[in-house]
Amino acid sequence: MKDNNRFRLDTWGAITLAVLGLYLLFMVYPLGNLIKMAFYGDNGFTLDNFVKFFSKQYYSSTLGNSFKVSLAATITSLLVGVPMAYFFAMYRIRGKGLLRILIIISSMSAPFVGAYAWILLLGRNGVVTNFLQNLLGISVPDIYGFNGMLLVFTTQLFSLIFLYVAGALSKVDNSLLEASENMGCVGVRRFFTVVLPLITPTVLAGALLVFIRALSDFGTPMLIGEGYRTFPVILYTEFVGEVSQNKGFASAIAVIAIIITTVVFYAQNFVSKRKSFSMNSLHPIEPKPLRGVKGILVYVFCYVVVGIAILPQVYVLYTSFKKTSGTIYVDGYSLDSYINMFTRLGSSIQNTLIIPVVALVAVVLLAVLIAYLSVRRRNALTSTVDVLSMVPYIIPGTVVGIALVTSFNHKPLAFTGTMFIMAMALVIRRLPYTIRSSVAILQQIPITIEEAALSLGSPKMKTFFQITVPMMSSGIISGAILSWVTMISELSTAMILYTGRTQTLTVAIYTQIIRGNYGIAAAMASVLTVITVISLLVFNRFSKNGEITM
Amino acid sequence: MSQITIKNAVKRYGSTTVISGLSLDIRDGELFTLLGPSGCGKTTLLRMIAGFNSIEGGDFYFNGERINDKEPNKRNIGMVFQNYAIFPHLTVRENVAFGLKNRKLDRATIARETDRFLDMMQIRQYADRLPENLSGGQQQRVALARALVIRPDVLLMDEPLSNLDAKLRLEMRQAIRDIQKEVGITTVYVTHDQEEAMSISDTIAVMRDGAIQHLGTPRDLYQRPGNLFVATFIGRTNILPGELRGGALVLPSGYAVEAPDWQDIPDQKVQVSVRPEEFVIGPAGAAGIPGTVVDSVYLGLNTHYIVDIGLEQKAELIRESTIDDEVVPGSQISLTVKREKINLFDQQGEHNLLRG
Repeated sequence: MKDNNRFRLDTWGAITLAVLGLYLLFMVYPLGNLIKMAFYGDNGFTLDNFVKFFSKQYYSSTLGNSFKVSLAATITSLLVGVPMAYFFAMYRIRGKGLLRILIIISSMSAPFVGAYAWILLLGRNGVVTNFLQNLLGISVPDIYGFNGMLLVFTTQLFSLIFLYVAGALSKVDNSLLEASENMGCVGVRRFFTVVLPLITPTVLAGALLVFIRALSDFGTPMLIGEGYRTFPVILYTEFVGEVSQNKGFASAIAVIAIIITTVVFYAQNFVSKRKSFSMNSLHPIEPKPLRGVKGILVYVFCYVVVGIAILPQVYVLYTSFKKTSGTIYVDGYSLDSYINMFTRLGSSIQNTLIIPVVALVAVVLLAVLIAYLSVRRRNALTSTVDVLSMVPYIIPGTVVGIALVTSFNHKPLAFTGTMFIMAMALVIRRLPYTIRSSVAILQQIPITIEEAALSLGSPKMKTFFQITVPMMSSGIISGAILSWVTMISELSTAMILYTGRTQTLTVAIYTQIIRGNYGIAAAMASVLTVITVISLLVFNRFSKNGEITM
Repeated sequence: MSQITIKNAVKRYGSTTVISGLSLDIRDGELFTLLGPSGCGKTTLLRMIAGFNSIEGGDFYFNGERINDKEPNKRNIGMVFQNYAIFPHLTVRENVAFGLKNRKLDRATIARETDRFLDMMQIRQYADRLPENLSGGQQQRVALARALVIRPDVLLMDEPLSNLDAKLRLEMRQAIRDIQKEVGITTVYVTHDQEEAMSISDTIAVMRDGAIQHLGTPRDLYQRPGNLFVATFIGRTNILPGELRGGALVLPSGYAVEAPDWQDIPDQKVQVSVRPEEFVIGPAGAAGIPGTVVDSVYLGLNTHYIVDIGLEQKAELIRESTIDDEVVPGSQISLTVKREKINLFDQQGEHNLLRG
């Protein structure tokens, strides 16, 4: 081994080139293609698509809408998620373990299922709406549009903030809190002057993730948005539009979406960098018992929030056992929904298992290799791979879908409509998260362990597979299970890419909801939830500290 | 067995040169120590020998064979790391056998050799445990067994004792020395602890700023340090200004000493290194440097004195404790030096005038 930080065409050099090639083919080329379509019409270079977007209120308003609802959702998620994580870290709360699992489950479910459940509960003909209306004469505020989206996003995405902040708080040393207490600073004041500044970078990272998730979510605004059109909705309707397909225009919208998320990403990065600390706690914060009115308030807050967050899942599960007649629920219970489900599923359960499994193998392999390259072999080429691999983090799933579908629809690369392209989309979208967690694991492993193996005569690749990979394995497995869970509940890319043969469970659920087959949709969603819960239980077995990296 | 030769080694990180043209010879079977403060380049040099750092210039030879371009896994070296670098997912036995398996030896040989070194390092009873259940000292024994079992040409040790507590460090120091002599392997040992280096080494190279300051035996280093840096780095010493005039050394306060060795040295201003035990306390008014005792510390075998001799730096001296200590703080005394032991350096402190 000469200088590790200079490119050499050894095994690792070849791997670098191969990974780079994959990114060029499956990400740079499709995105480049997308940008080309946005700027080139039949008569060469044109800005017509952009002019059309900004000159018509119908389109340009979606920009403001998306921004408003995403920003609002980010703020409400912070307002719920940060205090929740803080209470969990500071106080002994009964049932904490259960609450944690419920929060994770709610965060892992597909948002559009939440949207659909909230319609059943609070919609025009919702159970709660009717109940309040008939018995108490109270009319519930309109759930459709901005309010409903905010509700769905908050109840689902606060969990991301919660998990991020809980992770950061576990690294705050108790002595910092004690020192602050010693100097007479406690309670809310201590939270704002000591705790919050320490976890600011994490809070910002979580906020970015929430903002981007909300901005690029497609299912929620489709179901509950109604007149409140957001970006991904017009992106989708323009792209697959039954009346007129305008790929150039859809591409232009996609380009605008990428620009917005990129700006937000860099703004977040800029702020985070200036406020980051490295912490490692010897003595984690010791949770204290709760007493008095304060205690009651904390309990009420935690249980009510988690209750609301998990309510959609529970209600969907409940309705899946209700008797249906056609598309309407009637009194009584039955398993009909499950029985009918199988006639509508086609191969979607298989697809939901096979596509993510294939994607998962590729994600894990690539993530481990890329993480190794970027930690142990820093050079210009591996840095390029590193940057490229992070790009999909800020690109909405719908955009990835459109880019792939338009770039691989002709020979020699006719992948559109195949399982391969669906798996590829999942790989591209999930890699940034898995790479990040693998990098974190690898940085914990001292390089001397590898050097010891080399000095004992073990060749480089053998060292990697016999020493490095086994040491990373528990982290890799728990990361893989999380990837798996997000993959099976993915909708926005699948909606663009699927065909009859490659329909997934989420697509099937969505289709059934749109058609009004609520019973079947509920049964399918319950199946998805069960798969998710089982996966998370497996995750808990493999994860050392139950820490979740999204 | 093996000897190591390094000729004009150069190490650069970007545009900074860390080592510029360092040469040394390490004899077969000796325990050779690279000693110096942190950042002096000792670990860098060791890692160049191991093959973990690139070599920007010069030649490295094992037994006359140039190894510059040899991969680390082909160099047949055993290495012991500061953090032990034990494979946490393998048992103690698997850790020790790891290198033998890479050499594709038959199963019986692997088992026999592994057991031999487990016994030698007295860790046989932990053979089937995972390393996380072992103490630091036991882990270090595993690391040593693992490095030695492959019969390496050279053994490299990078601050192997610095993570151990004081008592274990003494014990392991002796263990390393015993094993090294028993196996007779050429060993390069890196440490910043001069006491550790003195106790364990056959030869020591004192390094500073990527260059060797003095290469010699522990006795040589202590008694006739090559320059002022070595004199202050190895053991403790007092530095006094002085002047050589016709073979006589004139110290501050006018006290003059003569020694036959000094006759041939030209007259010049010098820096004098007097170790604490090289002072002799005499009664006030006798010939010598007059001083006032500021403090005394009784340490059992020895008593330690701080004496104000009119210089900015107070003198430090040690002598064997007496039954009744008459030299209490505040006493006026007179200090003479053991002339055959003290060292004289040129004004810049770069050369020991007694080393010719």
